[in-house]
Amino acid sequence: MIWLDILVQGILLGGLYALFAAGLSLVFGIMRLVNLAHGDLIILAAYLVLMGVTLLGLSPWIAALVAVPVMFALGWLLQAAVLNRVLGKDILPPLLVTFGLSVALQNGLLEVFSADSRRIPVGALEGASLDLGLVTVGIMPLMTFASAIVMIIGLNGLFYHTALGRAFRATSDDAVTAGLMGIEPKRIFAIATGIAMVVVTLAALYLGMRANFDPSIGPARLIYAFEAVIIGGLGSLWGTLAGGIIIGVAQTFGAALNPEWQILAGHIAFLAVMLLKPRGLFPRAVD
Amino acid sequence: MLETHGLTANYGQFRALFGVDITVAAGECVAIIGANGAGKSTLMRSITGVLGNEPGMVLHRGEPIGALSSAEIMKRGIAMVPEGRRLFPSLTVEENLLVGGQARKVPGPWSLDTVYDLFPILRERRKSPGTALSGGQQQMVAIGRALMSNPELLLCDEISLGLAPVIIRDIYAALPRIREGGAAIVLVEQDIGKALAVADRVYCMMEGRVTLVAKAAEVAREQIHSAYFGVAA
Amino acid sequence: MYRMTTHTRAGAVTAISAPIFIVAALALPAVASRGVVQDLFFILTMLTLAQIWNLLAGYGGLVSVGQQAFVGIGAYAMFAGVILLGWNPVLAIPLGGLAALVLAVPTAFFAFRLQGAYFAIGTWVIAEVTRLLVAQWKALGGGTGTSLPREATSSILGTDAIRTLFGLREAAARDVLAYWLALALVVAVTGGIYWLLRSRLGLALAAVRDNVDAAQSVGVDTGRLRWAVFLIAAAATGLTGALVFLQTARISPGAAFAVTDWTANVIFIVVIGGIGTIEGPILGVLVFFALRSALADYGSWYLMTLGLIAVVVMLFAPKGLWGLIASRNGLHLFPARRRLTGPKIEGGI
Repeated sequence: MIWLDILVQGILLGGLYALFAAGLSLVFGIMRLVNLAHGDLIILAAYLVLMGVTLLGLSPWIAALVAVPVMFALGWLLQAAVLNRVLGKDILPPLLVTFGLSVALQNGLLEVFSADSRRIPVGALEGASLDLGLVTVGIMPLMTFASAIVMIIGLNGLFYHTALGRAFRATSDDAVTAGLMGIEPKRIFAIATGIAMVVVTLAALYLGMRANFDPSIGPARLIYAFEAVIIGGLGSLWGTLAGGIIIGVAQTFGAALNPEWQILAGHIAFLAVMLLKPRGLFPRAVD
Repeated sequence: MLETHGLTANYGQFRALFGVDITVAAGECVAIIGANGAGKSTLMRSITGVLGNEPGMVLHRGEPIGALSSAEIMKRGIAMVPEGRRLFPSLTVEENLLVGGQARKVPGPWSLDTVYDLFPILRERRKSPGTALSGGQQQMVAIGRALMSNPELLLCDEISLGLAPVIIRDIYAALPRIREGGAAIVLVEQDIGKALAVADRVYCMMEGRVTLVAKAAEVAREQIHSAYFGVAA
Repeated sequence: MYRMTTHTRAGAVTAISAPIFIVAALALPAVASRGVVQDLFFILTMLTLAQIWNLLAGYGGLVSVGQQAFVGIGAYAMFAGVILLGWNPVLAIPLGGLAALVLAVPTAFFAFRLQGAYFAIGTWVIAEVTRLLVAQWKALGGGTGTSLPREATSSILGTDAIRTLFGLREAAARDVLAYWLALALVVAVTGGIYWLLRSRLGLALAAVRDNVDAAQSVGVDTGRLRWAVFLIAAAATGLTGALVFLQTARISPGAAFAVTDWTANVIFIVVIGGIGTIEGPILGVLVFFALRSALADYGSWYLMTLGLIAVVVMLFAPKGLWGLIASRNGLHLFPARRRLTGPKIEGGI
């Protein structure tokens, strides 16, 4: 039964990776922008939540709720003041700007919070688990996975059943024509990045409650997120969840064979999918 | 209601408009004709803010709108049916229509229902992706999408381009009903006959300049010929 | 009457002064202290990496953030040549270039499948995979790394001659040797890129950078061009990596595959100096070195500042410092652009 246990752990870990990936996917889908600072923004949000817990004495959930508007505003500002200025046909400027931001953010966090590993305290929940007969699963991984599903349902609802979602899709298709329809593409982009930062906060909450984090681990989160997005095929959040699950399962199996192989196994699963299905598992018909 | 004064426009080093003056009165239907490359579409792009222009060159209700974004200009009631229709491929027909009306909510004759009454085929195809439709149906969606904001001025850029004559007839049949709703219309056309049949006044453009302004009912064939091609007939 | 030329007056000045510069740089260790030689070694190797990355991103449109893969594999291949095969370290340096070239084939195969911006993260993934695999290589110290054995560092080809020439101790002589090799490498790489840009290949590169579809339609094989540029860049990066770690004589996966040292810093040098010019990286590396020296005591503030400067430059002067200079007085020290010369055309465009 040990293998079944590993499989279940891997699937649940995939939920965390889907949370990492959803914000990246959202921003890329709407404005074809790859934010190389995405991983570092997750870490920033984790520190924000941690500060809410340690300085204000809030519970992690309330602290995350407080962090949500802060992160939304940060994303909105980042897009409106910086990224909107470099978006265009040339992919080089936005890549280099977000890369510069990534390095700046990572080192700024290092200076403010030091290199020490931190964790968001959750009390009794941390070790709690649920016996499902065949396997025992941790409550925390289970909640992560459930949150990922709720988040995907929520984002899909926003995308396909609201006026804002229509504006997102219209702008993504053709920003000039969207402008002729009274939609301000730059405003839409700012809102989209704000929403991506809300998802980032949720991802950060679970990241920080489940494991230790420090300022240096952002880039690795960016890479997991990216792998999940590419495996899933651009433009499908359920595909991204599937991609996250594939990385998660590969990592837990790799770790079961040899703890040093955990990360490597995830990357190799990604490369294998790239080899067999270069457009991902669930590619969108129109690109 | 809308006027341009000495409007110029450039694509980089290349000047496409050389001091264009046109006016459109409320409720009027104006045709702008001219050969390919005469500057008609550039004029539309300048008015709608897709191409930037200097303040004072374009006035709407007497106020300069040259510095406004496309979205701000649209919210003032100037809606555009762009050349090539430009439907949003990831939106259904109905979503395409809804997107046209969601940024400017003013009372008026046009709603999802009245647009569907104007083009009944769209009601049947409302769940299809916009780009799955025939060219003529896509043109209907593009017109309906612009109407959804209840504009006071509707700019139609080459709405008959690439369509079969029978489809063009259907689309032009809708124009009188749009006028009844109170909107002024600017028709950019290469098809002179079609344009003259519905317009009150006609502007002819050539090489970035207006070469003829006339009442549609009074203009002579020879006049248009020389304004259109630059040579006497 | 009209002639296509890349000739400029400043270019002629460069052609005359460059050999003088090189000769002076070669003779420098006779008078400079060991610290200066080490600093210059650092500057030259960073300049080499910057020129290579500029070729990739600025001319080839290939924004790689995984160049540390080639630095690392090149360095490790050199160490493997010395430790496992018993080669002289200097002779093992080409092994670094070769290993990087070999690694570049699967890297390009995977990364070229990713469109546009995702190419960047794709190269990063490959670099991570390479780092993790190399960390499993127990013969070279696994995750903790290893040092070049004493008997190898003490018998490096050419150090004896340098010791007698300048009367230096062994370690200092090794630095001089590494400095000369770095000088040779930077001249070869810069000269090679300059030659490349003025050749037919450079014309094709410019066409691809401006418009891939148009270039394809006039018969430029863009796929092969991208492969060629990527492989050349990888091999040169591998050589640089081998050379850098010959000088330090100590290696670990963390140091050899450091994204900050071998890619972030390099990108900042190119961005600040001016992307898409040969002069840009030269100016950039000087600014970088000055900042690094000035902010050396401020820990991570330094990298944060560097990152923010790069962001500000991209926002307000996307052609970098050199772009500001060139636009002000039309200076081109390495003219690669083809211009039409002849009698002035009346009217003009």
